[in-house]
Amino acid sequence: MKLPLNWLFEYAEPYMTPRAIADRLDMTGTEVKRIDHHGVDELEQFVVGKVLTCEQHPNADRLRVCTVDVGTGEPSHIVCGAPNVAAGQTVAVAKPGAIMPDGTRLKKAKLRGEPSEGMILAEDELDIGTSHSGIMVLDDALEPGTFLAEVLPIATDVLELEITPNRPDCLSVYGVAREVHAACDVPLQPAPWDGVDLGAPSGIDGVTIEVRDPDLCPRFTAVAYDDVTIGESPAWLKQRLMAAGQRPINNVVDITNYVMLLTGQPVHAFDLDRVAGQRLTVRRATPGEQITTLDDQVRTLPADGMLIEDAEGPTSIGGIMGGARSEISEDTTRVLIEMATWVGSNILATSNALQLRTEASGRFEKGLSPEAAVEGQKVALGLMQELAGATRRPGWIDLGGDGPAPVTIRLRDARVTSLLGVEVPISRQREVLKAVGFGVADAEDGLDVTVPHWRRFDVTREADVIEEVARLAALDDLPATLPTNRPGATLTWPQKVRRRAEDVLVGRGVQEIAGWSFASPALVDRLRAPEGSPLRNVVALDNPMSEEDAVLRPTLVGSLLDAARHNLAHGADSVALFDSGTVYHGWLDDGEHDTPANEHHGLCALLVGPLDPPTWRSPKPAAADFFAVKALVGAVLDTLRVPWEARPAADWSFLHPGRSAEVVSGDTRLGYVGELHPLVAQEWDLAGGAAFAIDLGRIAALAPEVPVYRDVTTFPPVRQDLSLVVTDQSAAQILAIVRKAGRKLLRSVSVFDRFEREGETSLGLHLEFAASDRTLTEEEVAAVWSDIVRALNEEGVQLRA
Amino acid sequence: MIDRIERIEQEASAAVDAAQTTDALEQVRVQYLGRKAELPLILRGIADLPADQRGVVGKRANQARVQIEAQLTAARTALEASELDARLVSDQIDVTLPGDPAQPVGRLHVLTQTRREIEDVFLGLGFSVLEGPEVETVYYNFDALNHSPTHPARSKSDTFYTTTGEVLRTHTSPMQIRAMEAAPPPLYVIIPGRVYRRDSDATHTPQFHQVEGLAVDKEITLADLKGTLLDFSRAIFGPDREVRLRPHFFPFTEPSVEIDVSCFNCQRDGSPCSVCKGTGWLEILGAGMVDPNVLGHVRDHGYDPEEVQGFAFGMGIERIAALKYGIPDIRTLYTNDVRILEQFG
Repeated sequence: MKLPLNWLFEYAEPYMTPRAIADRLDMTGTEVKRIDHHGVDELEQFVVGKVLTCEQHPNADRLRVCTVDVGTGEPSHIVCGAPNVAAGQTVAVAKPGAIMPDGTRLKKAKLRGEPSEGMILAEDELDIGTSHSGIMVLDDALEPGTFLAEVLPIATDVLELEITPNRPDCLSVYGVAREVHAACDVPLQPAPWDGVDLGAPSGIDGVTIEVRDPDLCPRFTAVAYDDVTIGESPAWLKQRLMAAGQRPINNVVDITNYVMLLTGQPVHAFDLDRVAGQRLTVRRATPGEQITTLDDQVRTLPADGMLIEDAEGPTSIGGIMGGARSEISEDTTRVLIEMATWVGSNILATSNALQLRTEASGRFEKGLSPEAAVEGQKVALGLMQELAGATRRPGWIDLGGDGPAPVTIRLRDARVTSLLGVEVPISRQREVLKAVGFGVADAEDGLDVTVPHWRRFDVTREADVIEEVARLAALDDLPATLPTNRPGATLTWPQKVRRRAEDVLVGRGVQEIAGWSFASPALVDRLRAPEGSPLRNVVALDNPMSEEDAVLRPTLVGSLLDAARHNLAHGADSVALFDSGTVYHGWLDDGEHDTPANEHHGLCALLVGPLDPPTWRSPKPAAADFFAVKALVGAVLDTLRVPWEARPAADWSFLHPGRSAEVVSGDTRLGYVGELHPLVAQEWDLAGGAAFAIDLGRIAALAPEVPVYRDVTTFPPVRQDLSLVVTDQSAAQILAIVRKAGRKLLRSVSVFDRFEREGETSLGLHLEFAASDRTLTEEEVAAVWSDIVRALNEEGVQLRA
Repeated sequence: MIDRIERIEQEASAAVDAAQTTDALEQVRVQYLGRKAELPLILRGIADLPADQRGVVGKRANQARVQIEAQLTAARTALEASELDARLVSDQIDVTLPGDPAQPVGRLHVLTQTRREIEDVFLGLGFSVLEGPEVETVYYNFDALNHSPTHPARSKSDTFYTTTGEVLRTHTSPMQIRAMEAAPPPLYVIIPGRVYRRDSDATHTPQFHQVEGLAVDKEITLADLKGTLLDFSRAIFGPDREVRLRPHFFPFTEPSVEIDVSCFNCQRDGSPCSVCKGTGWLEILGAGMVDPNVLGHVRDHGYDPEEVQGFAFGMGIERIAALKYGIPDIRTLYTNDVRILEQFG
């Protein structure tokens, strides 16, 4: 909301700089986004002038050359283009050096050869009106040289306020004045409706109003005016509207806007002669019902949208926008000023459905009090009489009446202290609460606080009142303490596992990325997922930002492929990337689940090109292949002490079927490792690549949190190597045979060599034998050894000669 | 004879000292201790000496031999070392060439790095780290957090909905409720995680990260919130930082505040500053005392609003990272361009 300070100062004037006022408002809950300036600057250059002479310009038909007394003794020569300028007029003059509203500085100039020392002003040039039909002619009683700022509101600072949704009362000049009164400790002038009496709501002769659905329109008030003269508003009113961001239209429309900006209550003016049948009915729209609004749009109302109709049908959308049919026009002479209260949530729903937000709907949707409607009528009454020469028709209509009686909340002093952590003297609590309009009475353990109607929806509980005390009396000097009862804390095991896993990859030269959770539905096709693939079990969005972002990623590999392509296209020779993040799937069963989607934390790495960069000694390192990425996943799992193996599997459509494997620990599948399928690599413009992905949740469950100490010095192990000629067995199969035959005494076995020669495949194994309670004898080792050899022989595996 | 031995010993000692190379030293050894040298001859001839001289001469000759051998060994060690040094000096490589094999450097994403820093600060303050689901129910994301049924944040223009009517959580706050359902007070937790809003500009991306904080206990105060976040701000932005609380509005806290931290980039004298725009303060997060209505949703789990109270806060990790590292457009963090990522982490 734009708050012109000259308007504010009519009700509360702190005699502080705009910056200082803004700071106080900021620190008490009314955020000031910006301080703007409306109107002109270098005010001493704007003066009242008297036109002494006015001659035709020698070289221009439309220009006059004037001499103007600006109070300095020597008249100024000013060239003027206005058709209405004439000798003897009292006018507004901007002298050289003046700064106009658009920021330009006026200079002495020559216009078509004639010198001009300033400018005779039209109202739009001062931003106090919109007319450019001629210069302003001022009151002849004004002395030349009088500062114009003393006569016209030609400049003000304007605060751009960000009002939180709980404070619709601050969407008004008087509402903010109340805050300034409390925040800056300056007097608050009486409200503009104080002392105005509308009399009894005895109805209005000839006007009938019916509210059929009072559940959505708790109050509807109307005052009728005759003998209205439509015309221009005075400069002071136009300036305030313009400084507040509203365009002046005519006096009646301007009054409706002025009252809304001053009191917060939206106002609607009907041309009473164009209200068919002189009757209004307020009701819910019928299904599909349409209305033409002021902006000439035909709109279809949603269910529970509220209409105001006359004898010929709908004329306004209640609380949102008036209709074109009964709009105020130049010929209007009779006016019905309507101010109503609408249910905020319904206004919001209607406004959302219509995609139509207005000054009125933005206020009503936050919840206004019924009492505000009457306050607004009282302010409008005087303005209609003064500015539009209107005669009020006796009586007024009030359907619904005031809101519920104000509630009184007990504010316990002890509770204030215990919630805020600082004592606020009761006298201070009383003072600030009264300043913002609360009724306050002493109670045995604190105060009884009565909530004013304009805070009815916002302040309903003790905590809400404590917030008022906090913002106005406690936050400035709040001490900084720490909770006294803090427990110790450490990361959970899965969190430690995640950090460790990430660090392993970082330590090996892999760069972390942050992929998008959103993915294109086409991703699974690009990954060649067949029908029924688990990858196709995605969480889909109802309202994505775009079709490209319409599902949640069912795999991390998509964003890694995107990132690989991006970096290779931007000059990288190779990439080694990983992502550590959530992967989303739907639940496949109908069981009860704690979370709506099946989410797990995945760790996925993608290598394209060599992991180690080329150097002067190894100018062409090999591109990372299956074994490079297997080593990488092995580093993660071995660091976390998770026993694992890679088993042949071709379950991943985006991997090379002959060069991919599942990573398992016992019977638990942890993920996959493999080279990219060439068609997938091609799809992302990659020459190739290798990837792994593992489920860190499963790994955390398998990784031992507390390692067990093992004695390594008391009983030294025996190490032996085994050279084998294998047939068609995989390394894993050979190791399994060896492990089974080696039983408990075989502590470890690993492959250290493999080569093929003359059609034979040779495999070299390191074996380590040990027992935890004794040093093994040669006989014991020999016995196990021969068991192993026998088991291998039975599977057709021979010792190499 | 004794004189003769002593003279040999002196001559040998002088010859050892004079030898400049290991070859010269070998000649000295042959000359004095070789098969045909005089001292070994004397030693071999001991048996031929008269009985009364054998002991004295034998002992003296042996002493001389040991002495010469020791001197030779010492000299050889010294000469070999200096000759090796001489050879090594000429074996010069270009030490300015790059190391090899290359050790590639990886880094954490700046958001992970920042998240870990924040987690570590709060771990030190006694807050455990919790995480929760990103696809969330409307109940946890809005209803239980005291959002009115018509709250604008619920609209489809602001919030992502799944085709099954769930939401992508718009904040980490739903975990407040889940955390309180899971464990009775006292509860001191932070909840980092990814959240979603339908927004995209230089300071907003449709996915971003928050850290929620929640402390519920018998005697938690707004002053405790200030102290906790003061500690946090000093840990992250430097030891001279101050914080201030500005009143604000959030549905799930009452009172609600925004927390500003004093600018770390300027003198805070109002002169132009690209970080704080001259205000001297940086808004870093929203916070407040947990609204009694929120506690009311978990009353049966031990959270009677008349018995316990607490504070909650929520900050954006992107905002903290952008402030700390001067990142002008947070969207660049999601382009995953290594040239940007490698600047951090």
